[in-house]
Amino acid sequence: MTAPTTIHHGLRHEVDPPLLAAPDREIRVLGRVPEGASDAETEHHLQLAATEVRRRAIQTVGAAKAGHLGGEFSITDTLVTLYLDVMNISPEQVDAGDPERDRLILSKGHAANALYTALAVGGYLHPEALRTFLQSESMLNGHPARNKIAAVEANTGPLGHGLPIAVGTAIAAVLDGSARRTFVLLGDGELQEGSNWEAFMTAGHRRLSNLTAVIDRNRLQQGARVADTNDLEPLADKLVAFGWEVREVDGNDIAALRPALRAPGSDRPVAIIAHTDKGFPVSYMRDNVAWHHKVPTAEQVGIALAELDGILGRLEAKESNS
Amino acid sequence: MTAQTFDCRNAWAEAVAEAARADERVVVVVNDSVGSSKLNAFVDEFPERSINVGIAEQNMVGVGAGLANGGKIPFVSAAGCFLSARAMEQIKADVAYSEHNVKLIAQSPGVAYGDLGPTHHSIEDFAWMRTIPGLTVVAPVDPVETAQVIAWAAGHEGPAYIRVSRMAVPAVYPEGYQFVPGRAVTLREGTAATIIATGTTVSRALAAADLLAADGGEVRVLAMPTIKPLDEAAVVAAAAETGGIVTVEEALVTGLGGAVAEVLAEQHPAPLRRIGFRDEFAVTGTAEWLLDRVGASPEGIAATVRELA
Repeated sequence: MTAPTTIHHGLRHEVDPPLLAAPDREIRVLGRVPEGASDAETEHHLQLAATEVRRRAIQTVGAAKAGHLGGEFSITDTLVTLYLDVMNISPEQVDAGDPERDRLILSKGHAANALYTALAVGGYLHPEALRTFLQSESMLNGHPARNKIAAVEANTGPLGHGLPIAVGTAIAAVLDGSARRTFVLLGDGELQEGSNWEAFMTAGHRRLSNLTAVIDRNRLQQGARVADTNDLEPLADKLVAFGWEVREVDGNDIAALRPALRAPGSDRPVAIIAHTDKGFPVSYMRDNVAWHHKVPTAEQVGIALAELDGILGRLEAKESNS
Repeated sequence: MTAQTFDCRNAWAEAVAEAARADERVVVVVNDSVGSSKLNAFVDEFPERSINVGIAEQNMVGVGAGLANGGKIPFVSAAGCFLSARAMEQIKADVAYSEHNVKLIAQSPGVAYGDLGPTHHSIEDFAWMRTIPGLTVVAPVDPVETAQVIAWAAGHEGPAYIRVSRMAVPAVYPEGYQFVPGRAVTLREGTAATIIATGTTVSRALAAADLLAADGGEVRVLAMPTIKPLDEAAVVAAAAETGGIVTVEEALVTGLGGAVAEVLAEQHPAPLRRIGFRDEFAVTGTAEWLLDRVGASPEGIAATVRELA
């Protein structure tokens, strides 16, 4: 694999795919939360980052005419909280291949665009790379690949693969006597795949307290409600029965999500049931099953950007008042 | 006099323990298959580095990929039938496509489980595994080569699928033999025809060559331990220098035979017969008997070679 260059920062190979139309403005590369930031400052930084990710990600899908916005917007808050704050990871560690880095495995790999955009806002990926999403020879597949993007840990896409891999990275850390942590981000519909339950059992049996699974509980799968398709409930009871500590939080509220992600398990793996809305917070998209992989029209992109800019405006006003 | 025969699982178990002693990154991952993988001594010696996920093959291969991500060198060992079929998507996505350094050890593959029936056969594995980019596919021929392949795999950065058979096989290679991945081994020179065999069928091919020599024809015998990447040059040379090729494998003929056919069709058309399993589920029988039944006995192989002439 070739070393990342400045222009191609974060990519495994130098390629020159066609570029999608530029966004209305460049994203702000906010980077990780500065050392010593207060809780309030940290949450503010992460809220700005999440909004940056969403306003860029929808423009990518609008330009590429493909993507999975609904389930990307439901996990955006988790992605930025992990990459910009909670995880022991940095662009430098990724570039150096630091074996002691924390791992995040995006099991719901179809949310790749949110991952790429969060990596760009966090400084792990050159923002220009976002303009190559899905384009011929791009390193930005519709599903993430570790041999294409430096910060990606596993090539996911088929559902039910991430949790077993995460169990493996967590066992490796135990064998090394290392405190490094593994996070894995799963869809709720994805839990219909039996391989997850094999891995839940193994992690519980081995009491892998260094493993945290975030379940994006947006209640919708591709074509219908999870509850109407193959219901998961009582989900928390099932996970407890498999030997996991369960934390239920509002997964679109960074102030609630952050402490749940920060504290590792005491003597067992942690499952965070992150109650989210698909499409959050865009009015016409939120909790709407149509937005699994629907492509927004130019007008719909405009409406979403106006709503997101409203949030940015309020965040910035808060900043100038503080 | 009958030659001494070996269960290659013993060579595997000793070799992986040796690799673990030499490199602390080496771990094994199993699906309740400690005994059938002959790993009891390994588990006693390296309890922490023996990861038994229970009867859960998808999880097993995914855990192996994660261990590799975490810097380990996992040998994922399970019955070939379950490893190859049950966890195929994990082998494709988590191991090969993700370029995770996982060694997949297919125990008792092919028809080694004989009369347990087709559910426990993995005759499809050569054909399936050779379609996966970046995956090296090896079927060692005897205990010496089994140990060498395991040692090679421990030091090689990249995924591999390796068969380890319980079927009794004699020692085949001469003193001083050294496995080289991707290379065929000429065990007997000849020009009348070439028999290309792999794994458990190599000793049968050599016995067939003895029968044919009694007829007055010297055939070339190539051992092809590496199914992928295939030694294409050796296949083309056999096509150019001998009267035709017969492949013999304990697998569907779309495995080694398919790979050889592709090389011949594209590079050097020549007469070819493929011995192995065809498009049916095997009837009940022992492994040896099933191999004989599809024409992989020394007499059967010799008869097929004579057809070429």
